Amino acid sequence: MKTAIIVFPGSNRERDMAIALRRSFGIDPLMVWHKDTDLPDVDLIVVPGGFSYGDYLRAGAMGAHSPVMRSVKERADKGVAVLGVCNGFQTLTEAGMLPGALMRNAGLKFVCRTVHLRVETAQSVFTGGYADGQTIAVPVAHNDGNYFADEATLDRLEDRGLVAFRYVDEGGANSDAANPNGSRRNIAGIFNDTKTVLGLMPHPEDAIDPLHGGTDGRGLFDGLARALA
Amino acid sequence: MTIPNVAITPAVVAEHGLSDDEYAVLLKIMGREPNITELGIFSVMWSEHCSYKSSKRWLKTLPTEGPCVIQGPGENAGVIDIGEGLAAIFKIESHNHPSFIEPYQGAATGVGGILRDVFTMGARPIANLNALRFGSPDHPKTRHLVHGVVSGIGGYGNCVGVPTVAGEVNFHPAYNGNILVNAMTVGLAQTDRIFYSAAAGPGNAVVYVGAKTGRDGIHGATMASAEFSEDSEEKRPTVQVGDPFTEKLLIEACLELMQKDCIIAIQDMGAAGLTSSSVEMAGKGALGIELDLDNVPVRETGMTAYEIMLSESQERMLMIIRPESEAEARAVFDKWDLDFAVIGKVTETGHIVLRKDGAVQADIPVGPLVTEAPEYDRPHRPSPKRPVIAAAEVPAPASLADTLARLLECPDMASRRWIWEQYDHLVMGDTMIRPGADSGVVRIQDTDRGLAMTVDCTPRYCVADPEIGGAQAVVETWRNLTAVGATPLAVTNNLNFGNPQKPEIMGQIVGAVAGMGAACRALDYPVVSGNVSLYNETEGQAILPTPVIGGVGLVDDVHKLCTPALKAAGETLVALGQPADRTGGWLGASLYLREIEGREEGAPPPLDLAAERRTGDLVRGLIRDGRVSACHDVGDGGLLVTVAEMALAARGLGAAMALPETALAHAWCFGEDQGRYVVATSDPDGVVAAASTAGVPAAVVATVTADGDLKVAAGDLISVETLRRRHEAWLPDFMAGGT
Repeated sequence: MKTAIIVFPGSNRERDMAIALRRSFGIDPLMVWHKDTDLPDVDLIVVPGGFSYGDYLRAGAMGAHSPVMRSVKERADKGVAVLGVCNGFQTLTEAGMLPGALMRNAGLKFVCRTVHLRVETAQSVFTGGYADGQTIAVPVAHNDGNYFADEATLDRLEDRGLVAFRYVDEGGANSDAANPNGSRRNIAGIFNDTKTVLGLMPHPEDAIDPLHGGTDGRGLFDGLARALA
Repeated sequence: MTIPNVAITPAVVAEHGLSDDEYAVLLKIMGREPNITELGIFSVMWSEHCSYKSSKRWLKTLPTEGPCVIQGPGENAGVIDIGEGLAAIFKIESHNHPSFIEPYQGAATGVGGILRDVFTMGARPIANLNALRFGSPDHPKTRHLVHGVVSGIGGYGNCVGVPTVAGEVNFHPAYNGNILVNAMTVGLAQTDRIFYSAAAGPGNAVVYVGAKTGRDGIHGATMASAEFSEDSEEKRPTVQVGDPFTEKLLIEACLELMQKDCIIAIQDMGAAGLTSSSVEMAGKGALGIELDLDNVPVRETGMTAYEIMLSESQERMLMIIRPESEAEARAVFDKWDLDFAVIGKVTETGHIVLRKDGAVQADIPVGPLVTEAPEYDRPHRPSPKRPVIAAAEVPAPASLADTLARLLECPDMASRRWIWEQYDHLVMGDTMIRPGADSGVVRIQDTDRGLAMTVDCTPRYCVADPEIGGAQAVVETWRNLTAVGATPLAVTNNLNFGNPQKPEIMGQIVGAVAGMGAACRALDYPVVSGNVSLYNETEGQAILPTPVIGGVGLVDDVHKLCTPALKAAGETLVALGQPADRTGGWLGASLYLREIEGREEGAPPPLDLAAERRTGDLVRGLIRDGRVSACHDVGDGGLLVTVAEMALAARGLGAAMALPETALAHAWCFGEDQGRYVVATSDPDGVVAAASTAGVPAAVVATVTADGDLKVAAGDLISVETLRRRHEAWLPDFMAGGT
């Protein structure tokens, strides 16, 4: 089972992600430089967090057009699992691999804090390590995590069970106070139609060790490792 | 184009900040009248900011050596040995003047500059910290400055991907016209791959890497060496503009190149840009340097030699490499899409020679430029001693619990969550203790060890007695490191003061440095790097003396870290360093006296450095042996505030205070006697006995309760959730314009 992490100039959570993948998959991921068009044969491709190309256009907009993303898209079309976290989620929406867009946080400030998420479905390669409706605690750290899509798209996501994670309070209930960035319908992460691509703003890779203050992020990577085995 | 034909009149010399005496030395060194480029170079090299001319004499008195010290002050940053082949490299630096003029860019480039000082030496930055001082919350500019500075620090640090793990903030009217932005970076390197700045090997290539040179920041160092006046905001063009994305690439490219054997010396271009970097590299190597300025990557046309040499454009580095390494080094920078230009070579002439447009634009002997830089023994007048205020003379409040709440919501004590949630404090995945505790702690990747770090200073004490204040800043960092279980190793200092040409200000500097030196010596806690920021005055109004200390300590086992959060009801809180029969408490220069009585008066609490050491060593041992479940040092606001903060750090727990019957209750609760820690334990008798054995006074001060109340005395209590609301509300409300 092989994994790869795409590294853009300005990526900065690729190392956090590599450690999480190594722990759950038992093998180091391949680090793929953005100028490479020749993507190795892998079972999981991860687009990590950071500020690709400085995010000087829109977050993820430049990364979405880098050479390597064409290959990522081709693999995704063939059913290879693709995970985008934070800047990776922004990049996947900019690349058209996931619907909607990530706008500036409603509070107009960068926000780094632990939030609670409800796992909306355990029926995917990404979320099989959790139970349906389980509440998990993981951190967010972003400036542009305000998920937006038109009402029709949001309805379609809901109807097809493509909302992966939602911001909730500690007790698992939806609330505005639990929403750190103003995302529509408290959406923290979504799947593509085949549930083989997942984008989410929170950082499960920074919640994999008791010393992080919690290990709730680990379920995502352990679940992936089992599902892709 | 030839050398710009600017006549060197006395007015031009004065504009460059050189005194008549300094200009006379310059003429002697040059043996002729300088041209404008040469004058500019002398001007920045001899500015207070670059030459430390007022402070050097006193800085030399600080202890800078110790068993762990690999490199003390004088390089880009200090280096200490932390065992297992690793070194911690760290420094703090101010960006006060630019941050007042343009808070976002000023603060952002402050972070960028200190990061470069650290990775220049071969270290990967693993943490950032910052110490901030703003004016009164009532001042019309304060909100704007807080907003700009915090977003600037976050904007830069978040993008480069280095966690910001600790910091401190104060508000006081003395900073209305001069805010302080001190940024610290801690990095990790292998002890056998540390890079220095001394040029070597005549014939070797001088290479410029990073961003292009523009006209921004020209004379920033000179600006930082003069008082502000009303028109200071017109100096906005001297503030640099930061590009954290380029910095991130520069970090990765430099660290990648440092794994190869190409670099002989490397230096970042910080204050005074290409001038100070080239002069310092040549000076340290006792060699000369020749630069062809036509090869410097520029982003504007028609830049003169003067502008290129004095630009403070950001994200640039200067390296000396072997000529045969050029292709290998260039490939690394090409990969990261960064400029790489050979702009000169090392020579044996001992001169810095600049060429542009086919003509020699400057020719200065480096030795005298560096060694004959002015150094002053400025007149200094000690601060008058303040009277000791007896606690009994200070009125007691009607309610201790309500007074506690008022202290916890005052601007200097209110929660800083609004600030640190704007900083990515988790990136890199090794943050073990997040902001809001006594120290930030970052794990050393793939090990169980960690580094603890903190920045501290109590300007209230410094203005009351600079010597005690200087010592207290050192001791407070030592306590904060100890309180998480770390072994304090070394410090970096940032001396922020007013105009040193005023004897009373110089007296503050002399006093603070003396106190700092005494504390560092008593604790075997050397100073390995630092920065001096003087002339923090506007219209003759000086800031409070603010000698900020950044402390770094080693954590042997991150599984044994301690935090302030209470863990279990039924445990006992013991104050170590607290005599059981204490009847009073030191209220002079305290937060209580200022916030509740409106008096900024009195002598600050004295320090006992020997007792300090005994108590700290005891606390560290108790944490290591797992005999305490929580620990917090007693700081601003005293014992009751400390206990309340321990309850606030937990959820659903409270505390019942055990006030001694004979004590003056408000002085016991809010006195700021030094050298104390509160620990939580299920074995109070054992802890008190251990203290007794160690010669440390100890007293049971409270019991942890499950009711979620903070019970101070009979009928005088407040719920921890109420305290939390008030403690958390002030800063967000203030920033929203609500207060």
